[in-house]
Amino acid sequence: MIRTARAPRIDWRAYVVPLGCVLLWVWAASTGRWNPHLLVPPQQLAIGFAQSARNPELWLALGTSLARLAAGFLLGSIAGIAVGVAVGCSRFAERLITPSLDSVRQVALFAWIPLLTAWFGDGDAAKVILIALAAFFPAALNAQSGCRQAPAALLEVGRVLEFDALTRLRRIILPSARPSIAAGLQIALTSAWIGTIGAEYLIDQGAGLGVFLASARMDNRMDVVIVCIVLLGFTGCALSALVRWVFQKGAPVRGVVLVDD
Amino acid sequence: MTESGTLELRAVEKTFAVDDADVRALADVSFTVRAGEFVSIVGPSGCGKSTLLRLVAGLETPDAGELIFDGALVSGPSLRRGIVFQDHRLFPWLTVEANVALGLLKSAESERSKLDAARRYLALVGLSGFEKAYPHQLSGGMAQRASIARSLAARPQILLLDEPLGALDSLTRGQMQAELLRLWQHEGVTMLMVTHDVSEAVYLSDRIVVMDSNPGRVRDIVTVDAPKPRARHDAIVAALTEQLVDRLETVVR
Repeated sequence: MIRTARAPRIDWRAYVVPLGCVLLWVWAASTGRWNPHLLVPPQQLAIGFAQSARNPELWLALGTSLARLAAGFLLGSIAGIAVGVAVGCSRFAERLITPSLDSVRQVALFAWIPLLTAWFGDGDAAKVILIALAAFFPAALNAQSGCRQAPAALLEVGRVLEFDALTRLRRIILPSARPSIAAGLQIALTSAWIGTIGAEYLIDQGAGLGVFLASARMDNRMDVVIVCIVLLGFTGCALSALVRWVFQKGAPVRGVVLVDD
Repeated sequence: MTESGTLELRAVEKTFAVDDADVRALADVSFTVRAGEFVSIVGPSGCGKSTLLRLVAGLETPDAGELIFDGALVSGPSLRRGIVFQDHRLFPWLTVEANVALGLLKSAESERSKLDAARRYLALVGLSGFEKAYPHQLSGGMAQRASIARSLAARPQILLLDEPLGALDSLTRGQMQAELLRLWQHEGVTMLMVTHDVSEAVYLSDRIVVMDSNPGRVRDIVTVDAPKPRARHDAIVAALTEQLVDRLETVVR
C-alpha cells in the first residue's frame, strides 16, 4: 500500500481574524479620528510598500542582516550542538556544565547588550555574539535531550557489536538525536533572527534591517516601519521553511509498506 | 576436541533489586553447551531465562559463579557471542544491508567486501532483493531474518537467541523455525535459544534445559534423541513435547 501525504489545506477560518483586523484598520483610518502618523491609512501603506520595494537601502539592510544572522547562527548552533551532544552523552559533562548553562539561560538575551558592547564595541562582533547566544541555547538543549533519548535497545546492540565510543556516537546517538537536533535548529534560527533584529535595533549602529527600522521610527515613517515588520515576518517564515526542507531532504524515504512474506 | 563455541556455566547467581526487595533471578545455575550444539532453555515466565542469556552475552554480570566461553571467563560483550533479541533492533535509519554490515564494522576487510558479505548473509536468510529496503518496510518475520543475518555476519562462535520468534504469527514462526535449523546446519555455529514454546524447543534442539522459577534454577536437562530435520508429528517429538508441557505445568502449580 502506498500512502501519499495530502498537502495541508488552510481552512477559511484562518483568514477571519487577519481580514477582520484589516477591515477594522481601514474603518479606523477612514474616520480620521486617529493620528495618521501613528495609524497609517492603508492607501499610504501601499505607497510605502511600492516605494520601499524600489529602495535599494532596504534590500541592502536585509542582506546585511541575513549575513549577520548566518554568521551568528552558524557560530551559536555549532557550539550549541557540540555542547548539547557532550552534555547529552556524558554524565560527567552534564554534572559539570548543566548547572551553569541553566543559570546563564535565565538571563534575558538583550540584557547581554551592555556587557557585550562594552567588551566588543558596537560593531559586528558584539552583534554576532549576541545572535550566537540566541541560537546557542535552543540548539544545545534539543541536542542534549535528543542524545539522552537514544534507544537503550540499540545502544545494547552497539555493546554486543563492540562499538567504541566514537562509533556509538556516530552510528547510534547522533542518528537517533537527529529529529531533535533539527527541531532545535529550527527554534535556534527563529531565535537568532529575533536576536539579529533586536541587536541591530538596540545597538543602532552600522547597517541592517533593525537599524533601518529604528531610523524609520525616528523619522516617524510608520508606513516604512510596517513594511519592515512584514519583511521580518516573511523572512522568518522563509528561514524556518528552509531548515525544515534541508532536514526532510536528508531523511530516509517513508511511505511504501511491503506485504508480509 | 578443540572446537570453539563451548560454553560452561558454573554455579551462576544473579539477584536484582526490585522496589527495595531482592529478587533472586538465578540460583546455582550450572550446565554446559558443547561446540556446535543447539540447546534450548524453556521454563515458566520469570524463571530468569532471558537473564541467563544476557549473562552469556556479557550484558549483565553474575553476582556469583562464572561463565566460561572457550576457556575464557566472560567479562563483557564480545563479537564471538552474538545475540538476537525478541525485537529485531534494526537501526531504523539504515537500509537492511547497512544494518547487516554493522556486524562487520570491526572487521579489517575493505568496505567492498563487507558489503559483499552483508549481501551474502542476506541471501542466506532469504532476503535477497531487500538489500535497499528500510526496516519499517519489512514484515516482522523479514525484520527478524535481517537481525539474524546481522548477528551471523559478525561470525560468532555462539549465537544466543532470546525468544527470537516470540513476536511472530504461528505460520511465519513455523517457517522461521525451519530457517533457523537450516542456518544452524549451514553455519555450524553453537546456538543457545530461550523460548516459551516447548514444541519449538523439541523441534530444534539437541538438548533442552528445563528451568524452575522463584528462584530461577535448572530443573532438568532433556536430550532430544531424534535425527534432524524432525517431522513435527513424529511420535518421539510429539511424545516429548507433551511430556515437557506436562512437566512445566506442574512447575507452575
